Amino acid sequence: MSTATTEETTQSHGADHPPFLAHHFDTPEQQNTAAKLGMWVFLGTEVLMFGGLFCAYSIFRHNHPAVFAFAAESYLNVKLGALNTIILITSSLTMAWGVRAAQLEQRKTLIICLILTLMGAAGFMVVKTIEYNAKWDEHVFVGFVNKYNGYNVDPYAQLPPAQPGPPTSELPIPPSPPFKQSAGDANAGSDVSKIQPRFNGPTGLAVPGAASEAAGIGNNDAQIEARYRSLSDQDQWRVSTFFSIYFLMTGLHGLHVLVGMGLISWLLYRSARGDFNSQWYTPVDLIGLYWHLVDLIWIFLFPLLYLIH
Amino acid sequence: MSTPATQTSHADHGHGGVHPAGHVTSVRLLLTVYFTLVIFTIITYSVSRLDLGQFNIIAALAIAVIKASLVVLYFMHLRWDSPFNALALITAITFVALFIGLALLDSVSYQPLLKQTPAALGP
Repeated sequence: MSTATTEETTQSHGADHPPFLAHHFDTPEQQNTAAKLGMWVFLGTEVLMFGGLFCAYSIFRHNHPAVFAFAAESYLNVKLGALNTIILITSSLTMAWGVRAAQLEQRKTLIICLILTLMGAAGFMVVKTIEYNAKWDEHVFVGFVNKYNGYNVDPYAQLPPAQPGPPTSELPIPPSPPFKQSAGDANAGSDVSKIQPRFNGPTGLAVPGAASEAAGIGNNDAQIEARYRSLSDQDQWRVSTFFSIYFLMTGLHGLHVLVGMGLISWLLYRSARGDFNSQWYTPVDLIGLYWHLVDLIWIFLFPLLYLIH
Repeated sequence: MSTPATQTSHADHGHGGVHPAGHVTSVRLLLTVYFTLVIFTIITYSVSRLDLGQFNIIAALAIAVIKASLVVLYFMHLRWDSPFNALALITAITFVALFIGLALLDSVSYQPLLKQTPAALGP
């Protein structure tokens, strides 16, 4: 097909070929179907990406169930997790309702639905922030800000003196991070019991354990410590791995929620401008699909992370 | 142009003359799915309070799969969509299942060996 005929076709079809319909499509419906297939392929890659994290989760949980039970029951707040589940499901409903409103050209309903969805997303992030904040206060954040990290030899060393010596005598001593170790450090690699915890989390922010009590988990430090000491030596080493997995999974999911908030805000702007009609609502439809996927991932994350025995 | 639009929207009458380029889900169905999801969330929370041993994780995953199916079929319109869209999703899920299944199989097979020699473990 030459350029001349393309131009001619465009011009001659000007009346019944609306501006939103690309001319390689016959009907708006065909265009919408094609766009949705593309979105579903993208969602498939999203499932694969999260699949890697679910794989890490499965292997660690299957091999070390006691670690997961200890960490989840001691530090994750089931009530906040359940609240977030309800919030996300509700925002999924308002999003689906929004798509319906866009299809039926109910602009006011669409805008209300998008605002409610955005509020749900923001509410989810607020609850998530409360949870992450509690982890920070309890020194179970990521890396060195986690008191169970291998470098912090005995996480309870600063509490009322428990058994002297580390619980990890049979295991190789972890190499100290180079930036904190002086050249002639007598402790290096010889006597584990003399190694001070590298980092016990932020000081002066909160009393350790206060957060979990305030958040209503009902565990106190003594209970957690007793349970921690009842783990096998090797399992004690693995507790921080749970938090790595927890923060990676919920963090990547939270990132998706933030991206979703940006996309929904953009939808809100465009629908307020009146860009969508019953023949062209593809952006609402596709972002709706994305938003439902975010909900879908959480539907699995909630029981897998919070409801562990 | 109007024929396919009319066909796809016949499930939900009374659109006030609008013929959307795709299937429209009724409010009633959306609300039914929503409340079912809420009820399943309550059920999964309650079941997790009971100690069922191995069945806790099975029950939790079964409920999660049911909830996910409801979201995919109704909120995500897959029930009325082209089967190609379902194919994209099913392919992804199949490969995730293969990935996790084979990785677990591998890991499980050498766990007994590792437990015999704890010194080889490391952190």
